Amino acid sequence: MEYRLNLPVGREEIERIKAGDIIYVNGIVVTARDEAHERALEYFREGKSLPVDFSRVAVYHCGPVMKKNEEWHVIAAGPTTSRRMELFEYDFIKNFGTRIIVGKGGMGEKTAKACREYGAIYAAFTGGAAVLAANAIKKVKGVEWLDLGMPEALWIFEVENFGPLVVTIDAHGNNLTEEIKNKAMEKASSIF
Amino acid sequence: MKDKIAEAIADLLFRAETDLSEDVENALRKAMEEEEGIAKATLSNILKNVELAREQGKPMCQDTGTPTFFIKVGYDFPYRHILKEAIIEGVKLATKKIPLRPNAVDVVTGKNSGDNTGHHIPYIHWDFMAGDECYITAMPKGGGSENASALKMLKPGEGMKGVKKFVVEHMAMMGGDPCPPTVVGVGIGGGGDIAMELAKKALLRKIGERSHDGEIAKVEEELLSALNSLGIGPMGLGGKTTCLDVHIEIAHRHPASLPVGIAVQCWANRRKSIKIDGGGNIWNID
Repeated sequence: MEYRLNLPVGREEIERIKAGDIIYVNGIVVTARDEAHERALEYFREGKSLPVDFSRVAVYHCGPVMKKNEEWHVIAAGPTTSRRMELFEYDFIKNFGTRIIVGKGGMGEKTAKACREYGAIYAAFTGGAAVLAANAIKKVKGVEWLDLGMPEALWIFEVENFGPLVVTIDAHGNNLTEEIKNKAMEKASSIF
Repeated sequence: MKDKIAEAIADLLFRAETDLSEDVENALRKAMEEEEGIAKATLSNILKNVELAREQGKPMCQDTGTPTFFIKVGYDFPYRHILKEAIIEGVKLATKKIPLRPNAVDVVTGKNSGDNTGHHIPYIHWDFMAGDECYITAMPKGGGSENASALKMLKPGEGMKGVKKFVVEHMAMMGGDPCPPTVVGVGIGGGGDIAMELAKKALLRKIGERSHDGEIAKVEEELLSALNSLGIGPMGLGGKTTCLDVHIEIAHRHPASLPVGIAVQCWANRRKSIKIDGGGNIWNID
């Protein structure tokens, strides 16, 4: 199935979607990599307020190339390897109520557990397809935590038809890339 | 002359970042024709992105990589003493001009230097040859594929079978993380450092270029078909195309050691070269 989702989305809408489906996203997408995840969770523990309401946006694992003339412009903005965020994503989804995570390469068991328990999905954008992704970004709404450096900052993008995104983790416990990887590992052990 | 070489290095990086080489693009196109469903759509996105990057003069991937150079310099190349500085200047220039993502981070403080230079970065592999010319290859190396690097010190008794098993099991475990379809470089023999260096250098070969050693060439083909039988597919979303090629380089080993190094390139297998002659003239090489 193919879905067009307008952010923010509710749990019911997320639960209709299955692993293997294709989605296109409209609305606000915020980039967050390792350090932004770590800081957001640290702020949560300390009770500090966050610059973004992560429940209303899609979180995008991406460290873009940006250029500032008078305003910021996106040069390239493909996804980064999501597995590095596996360390943080369970707590992130649990604490902030994020419904859509976008990245590449798929995520592990802990993220899938959070998606199942709290009603979220993980979807993959074609890795490295940076110019294609940049074309879906209509506006740079702002940037927060730029002290973390260009790749690690929270970039706030307004996107239109951001996709196609392949849903690999749904809210029902399916995890497409892990199934593929487990089969590959089983096969690999018997080839030589 | 230093400024001229620095400009040439910035141009070289621009070509590498925005214009995927023909051998890689052809291999991706051939793979797309053979795939269906999500795998075909993924390869089609990749190829569309490659075309847009070339047309718009933008980096094909937002991870513009660690600036890595392979140099073959003639003993009589008149500008050898300024090469290193010119390359560092060229990287700084390219970072602003193209622009590139600043990718050099201090390991202790976590501070990004902002211009893609720092301790040992850009990294330069030096090689020497007769004559007064110089060949420079730029390989901006992405972090996702670099994280799939591996080194294993096998027991010599495990032999070539053990080498093949290690490569296939390791790449299966990496799944979609290194942005397949990948190119896998394997270094066998030497010490640990030599195996890793050879694995990285193996990535300089064109897709389809086999080892001169007939036995090793057979192993390359065997590994390629084994990796493509795993079903990982483009971006780990399933399919027939997991790997575009396997290149192996070898060194004699110590009797007690059998090191195997693995270095991986993502589909954005970026590498471009220039030649500078003794008179300071510069030529582009694909």
